[in-house]
Amino acid sequence: MTTHYLVLSALLFAIGAVGVLIRRNAIVVFMCVELMLNACNLAFVTFARQHGNLDGQLIAFFVMVVAAAEVVVGLAIIVMIFRTRRSASVDDANLLKY
Amino acid sequence: MNGTIQAPTIEYALLSPMLIVFGAAIIGVLIEAFAPRYLRKSIHMPLTLLALLGAFATTILGAANGLPTSASAMGAVAVDGPALFVWGIILILAFVSVLLINDDEQFVAQAAAVPGSSDEEEAVRSGYAQTEVYPLLLFAVGGMLLFSSANDLLAMFVGLEVMSLPLYLLCGLARRRRLLSQEASVKYFLLGAFSSAFFLYGMALVYGYTGTVSLRGIGDALGAGSGQETLLLIGTAMLGVGLLFKIGAAPFQAWKPDVYQGAPTAVTALMASTVLVAAFGAVLRVFWVALGGLEWNWQPVMWGIAILTMVVGAILAITQTDIKRMLAYSSVAHAGFLLTGVIATGAAAQNAKALSAILFYLAAYGFTTVGAFAVVTMVRDAGGEAGHLSRWAGLGKRSPFLAGVFAFFLLAFAGIPLTSGFFGKYAVFAAAVSGGAVPLVVVGVVSSAIAAFFYVRVIVLMFFNDPAADGPSIAVPTVGTSAVVALAAAATVVLGVFPQPVLDLADQAASALFIR
Repeated sequence: MTTHYLVLSALLFAIGAVGVLIRRNAIVVFMCVELMLNACNLAFVTFARQHGNLDGQLIAFFVMVVAAAEVVVGLAIIVMIFRTRRSASVDDANLLKY
Repeated sequence: MNGTIQAPTIEYALLSPMLIVFGAAIIGVLIEAFAPRYLRKSIHMPLTLLALLGAFATTILGAANGLPTSASAMGAVAVDGPALFVWGIILILAFVSVLLINDDEQFVAQAAAVPGSSDEEEAVRSGYAQTEVYPLLLFAVGGMLLFSSANDLLAMFVGLEVMSLPLYLLCGLARRRRLLSQEASVKYFLLGAFSSAFFLYGMALVYGYTGTVSLRGIGDALGAGSGQETLLLIGTAMLGVGLLFKIGAAPFQAWKPDVYQGAPTAVTALMASTVLVAAFGAVLRVFWVALGGLEWNWQPVMWGIAILTMVVGAILAITQTDIKRMLAYSSVAHAGFLLTGVIATGAAAQNAKALSAILFYLAAYGFTTVGAFAVVTMVRDAGGEAGHLSRWAGLGKRSPFLAGVFAFFLLAFAGIPLTSGFFGKYAVFAAAVSGGAVPLVVVGVVSSAIAAFFYVRVIVLMFFNDPAADGPSIAVPTVGTSAVVALAAAATVVLGVFPQPVLDLADQAASALFIR
């Protein structure tokens, strides 16, 4: 009965990916990336259950730590650009082009 | 349940390059916390250089002591011939880049101060410097070492993130044109995080198919061949997306020009050379060791990506007006040339040939890139570096030596004989031909010709145009910067005129292929 969890994880991943592509606020984009990482965690834990080994659950812990580190770096960068531009919209950051 | 817990065996001697770099990075963080501000830089510089030198020395020692036959650290890291060669290149290039980074003009006085505010003026007046650059750089280099030698997907993912996170921050620390720099940082971060989520989901699906994340285990499970093929194929594609993003292959190249342009040029030099080297180490491991049995499925896609990458890189480079963006697209094209080597698989001897060609190409390209960006840091006008190509007109008349060196680097990128680029390209294309990828080589040669056009255009601009009246001045280089240019030029000449020792070394490193 692990199929349901896999379908849910695929859905969460898809929602996150679509969110990254269509949302404009950098914070929301970043939250969508985090949603994708959590979808991965769900998939890992489900597969661990299915295979009967602990690798997947172990990986989920690593992913959580990496995601936490990513939040630290990501929020620092987004806050930096918000303080400069008074906007966290990814559309406003458009100086770099040929 | 009274079983004893077995302690894992860790080969500290083999892993010491990585341990030295990470150890020095942690000491660097402590220096930031405890050393007084005026002392920090003078402690960081020698520490960083010594750590990179020490790591390089232990890499050589590791190679001299004979290669291990099995993976280290309970199968998580494979310290084999290719890994040691890649480590050596990364450490030398990082060392050279540190000499370039040791320039106060490059980095912001205080990253937290809003550009144009009184805080910023205050920070500049007080002579602050963001010395966190050094530990960040060491963490990034440590991550590259792990990324390129990981023998299971989990270690590879951790290495990927440890490499990328410090680089996102380093991109945002330019002293001039801070808006561009911050924008580059945001773009790199959001796209990088997006792509690593794909890598991770691909890893989950491959784990779902095989029940393991070790590259060897995946390879064996493919041989057994049972279960949901779809799971495996989607997983492979997603792993590929994550890895190809890092090398900047064609549908995923959009970040490269923006990030290369916005980042402080010293950081661009580091990224453009070492990240490509580390990422190719990882690409080869995933696609050859783990997914070698799936060759027939990924090769056609990789053909398309290689062709697209070469063509897109070469054609878009022509349209650029900024020197750093042009070099970024040239780096995209070079990633395409390298991919032709990744595709050229076959029997063991053919694989060894392709691998050795890729290793040599990476060494040659890395040095030339660092040198080219070092020259870019020296051409300055009132607003900082003069990036726009029109500002470079007539540089050859003002500063013939510098323009000559830059022209030489451009010719090396184009692959003119007697430069390192020629032998790199020749080796990769020769491997591709013997691997049966003749159409790819034809596309490669044609896009090399297109690329040569814009390299030569810059040379013509520098030597045969009249300099503008208010043209940029050539900054008097610091000792570090001139050392970088000299080293890079020397490496480009030596690898172009007398490449045999390095070719032999690459052959030797590649002969045993990857350990599983």
